[in-house]
Amino acid sequence: MKTYDSLIIGGGPAGLAAAIRLSERGYEPLIIESRDRLGGIPLQCIHPGFGIYYFHEDLTGPEFSYRLISRVEELGIEYVTEAYVEEIVNESMVSKKAKLITPRGSMIVEGKTLIYAAGARERTRYELGITGPNVAGIYTAGEAQTMMDMYGIMPGRRIVIVGSGDVGLIMARRFVLEGAEVLAVLEILSYPSGLTRNIVQCLRDYNIPLLLRHTVKEIRARNGRVSSIVVTEVDEKLEPIPGSEYVIDCDTLIIAAGLRPRVKLLKKLGVRIDPRTHGPLVNDWLETIDVPGVFVAGNSLLINDYADYAAEQGEWAADSAIEYIENNGLPTTPLHRIVPGRNIRLVVPQYVTGLRDTWLYLRVSEPLENLQLVFPELGRRIPLLYALPSVMVKLRLKREEIVRAGEEIVVEAEPR
Amino acid sequence: MRVVVIGAGVTGLSTARLLTRYRGVDVVVVERNPDVGWGVSKANTSIIHPCHEEDPDKHPLRTKLCLEGHNTWYRWVRELDIDARWPGEIIIATSREEYRVLKHYHRLAMRNGVPGVRIIDRDELLRIEPSVNPDSVAGLYAPSAGTIDPVGACIALAENIVDNGGRILFNTEVRDVVVRDRRVRGVKTSRGFIEADIVVNAAGLYADIISRMAGINDYNIHPRRGQYILYDRMAEPKPDKIIHTAPTPKTKGVYIVKTVENTLLIGPTAEDLPPDMRDATYPTREGIEYILRNASKIISRLPPRSLVIRMFAGLRPEPSTGTFILRFHEDPWGFVEATGIRSPGLTAAPGIARYIIDLIKEHVDLVEKEKWNPFRRGIRRVKELGLTERNKLIREDPRYGRIICKCMGVSEAEIVEAVERMRKIGVEEITFDGVKFRVHAMYGRCQGTFCRPEISLILSRLTGKPPWMMRFKDHGSFYGVGEVKDLFRRG
Repeated sequence: MKTYDSLIIGGGPAGLAAAIRLSERGYEPLIIESRDRLGGIPLQCIHPGFGIYYFHEDLTGPEFSYRLISRVEELGIEYVTEAYVEEIVNESMVSKKAKLITPRGSMIVEGKTLIYAAGARERTRYELGITGPNVAGIYTAGEAQTMMDMYGIMPGRRIVIVGSGDVGLIMARRFVLEGAEVLAVLEILSYPSGLTRNIVQCLRDYNIPLLLRHTVKEIRARNGRVSSIVVTEVDEKLEPIPGSEYVIDCDTLIIAAGLRPRVKLLKKLGVRIDPRTHGPLVNDWLETIDVPGVFVAGNSLLINDYADYAAEQGEWAADSAIEYIENNGLPTTPLHRIVPGRNIRLVVPQYVTGLRDTWLYLRVSEPLENLQLVFPELGRRIPLLYALPSVMVKLRLKREEIVRAGEEIVVEAEPR
Repeated sequence: MRVVVIGAGVTGLSTARLLTRYRGVDVVVVERNPDVGWGVSKANTSIIHPCHEEDPDKHPLRTKLCLEGHNTWYRWVRELDIDARWPGEIIIATSREEYRVLKHYHRLAMRNGVPGVRIIDRDELLRIEPSVNPDSVAGLYAPSAGTIDPVGACIALAENIVDNGGRILFNTEVRDVVVRDRRVRGVKTSRGFIEADIVVNAAGLYADIISRMAGINDYNIHPRRGQYILYDRMAEPKPDKIIHTAPTPKTKGVYIVKTVENTLLIGPTAEDLPPDMRDATYPTREGIEYILRNASKIISRLPPRSLVIRMFAGLRPEPSTGTFILRFHEDPWGFVEATGIRSPGLTAAPGIARYIIDLIKEHVDLVEKEKWNPFRRGIRRVKELGLTERNKLIREDPRYGRIICKCMGVSEAEIVEAVERMRKIGVEEITFDGVKFRVHAMYGRCQGTFCRPEISLILSRLTGKPPWMMRFKDHGSFYGVGEVKDLFRRG
């Protein structure tokens, strides 16, 4: 059996960028993709906004993916499509195996390292606690996007969107462009969870009302499909305000409540999950702290604002995999833990070695203006004009700073 | 002799299956829904009860049929290849009062001859089932309890009925029971008249309405709603044994069940609804909170809400008599009732079916066929096969290697076979739910958000209808409203 330098689970932006980096540096990856073609989720995102950071050009989703795919083809990188990964096995330090089922047979493939870039899944209505009948006309934003922009199925005529995640905002515009009415976007919090550019370009430009502090109280159905919903305003504790309810007649309810990293196979491998990111705990090699030689990138690592970041993490993971292959493992001690302090929702990586400079991705817990990010242990303050939970902050920590700190490095956001 | 069975739920199908054993009996099951098991049988706790909670003084027949049903299911799940597991169950006592309840059921267990039932102290309880709430006082362990896939059971029964010459008519609603000269003559349905010498009413929630059509007017049925929460396979803690709170006069308590699909089911509520709410099969916020509150008393901690994959509700038919109504009427002659099948109806179903056959035998001579096939095999699941067997299958048909539902690992070939089997038993509407209940695609973590679009394409190829016209359940539940751009073309 051939041993690849790296098995890459997932042929989306993160996986493709990782494969390209490995191949360009002379290593042999195998890309394992579950759909019938490479490209991942951007294939169904027929809107611009991709590639600004990675290609320094504004591209649509399919254009973004096809650039990566053509590079994969140019380099002659091996890939398998329609491959279902049943299990990942950590055979040894330098042997990772994946059990696959494909239309060409069931097989086991082996790599010295593994880069996990399996993307995310959407949260469903049940996770949000939306009760009511299980009928037609209730879809997540991503399923609606697949229906419309991959398979040509129109999901509904009169649509209400719950949650203001980016996919939902983008779909609001798509629905209008295809002749449907979008009656409202409901957001339970007092601020939208999507990017400002999407609020402007997808809602305001199309006169779609964004109702903050509103949520669905009840779904009503007729003849097997949604017929109306009861909307309610909520108070500071997110509890419904009695008497504020009203009915919106609609045939479709779209759930746009954000994404969660797909980590089932990692969990089965024994990788611990960060309750803040819902992704794995990793060090500054993007290597899981529990299983050496398994790297994670893209939306499986943490939910990113842009596919560009996913691609960037793919390259980061690929560079780490190369170091790992060359040195039969990576030096990972001493590990410093990055502790999300006041007003910080999440930080990735959660651990840093202090052996080199590292990027840090973080999100604040709520919208803040005139703030500073403070690292008390490092004696570092970074002033920011504003920060939103929907906008990931990316910053660099220097090796010299990290080694000065103890086991824990706290980061917090506070007013200036 | 022609027998019409009204209702393709677990009661009607169990009865119909036994009827196909007899020579000269033409069995026709009529069902208003597009598929089997979509009424009461669909949404319940899926337990095969050990029957130590049945009081033989209050309900002697129910107790007897529950015990018989329990024992028969052991055989039926093997004959019919129904998913089942037999982990045993524990009633958890969290107080001194509840401990007395355990003792009461322990006595019933001994009277009913339920094997192996014993009271276990706190230490043993926590050893057998470490995920139980450590504040628990004691448990009543009944090792014979099991859980099955209830809709899977209906599907298996239906396939076996058809293999043995019976028929099922779907989308067929009974409008009247025709009686002449004090004998039943048949049923008028939404699709015309069906002649019958014997009519078995197994119409579940609507059974009192059917009985009234035959002039029987001595009982009513009201819906008792049970709501449920289903957690993903990854849910922790996931007790291996079935555990539940101490029963009350009205309910069997809130159950925590590791299902045959390895998911975690918690429920039910027991809400008495007015008779006109027989379609209120939806969960409510209050109901879900009730379940969580009660379940949290007996488990060390509840899995996080992020692992909830579905919330649903079912209605149990609660008869005004308080117990099963199993009768062969002399007036009108040939009208048979298997109604009021409340809890523990799923457990008792094979016993009820046998009892109904005996009632018929008191009036008609039934002679067993020489050849009758008790066996039915389920759909082969590629994920459950070994590597060699799997590759042989994929070589013969590559669709076995095309995994469509990533959460549950279901291949295209299995979905195609589900459709073929639906057609074989007479299902006219190929629905997402029909596929879901047969191969468990769209049953996992993402609830079909990833694979449903692709499944709509597969079903479209098999049915010749456009993907948007695929339905979830019955009539108006279309996936989409048209093709993209249709709104401009058609308005």
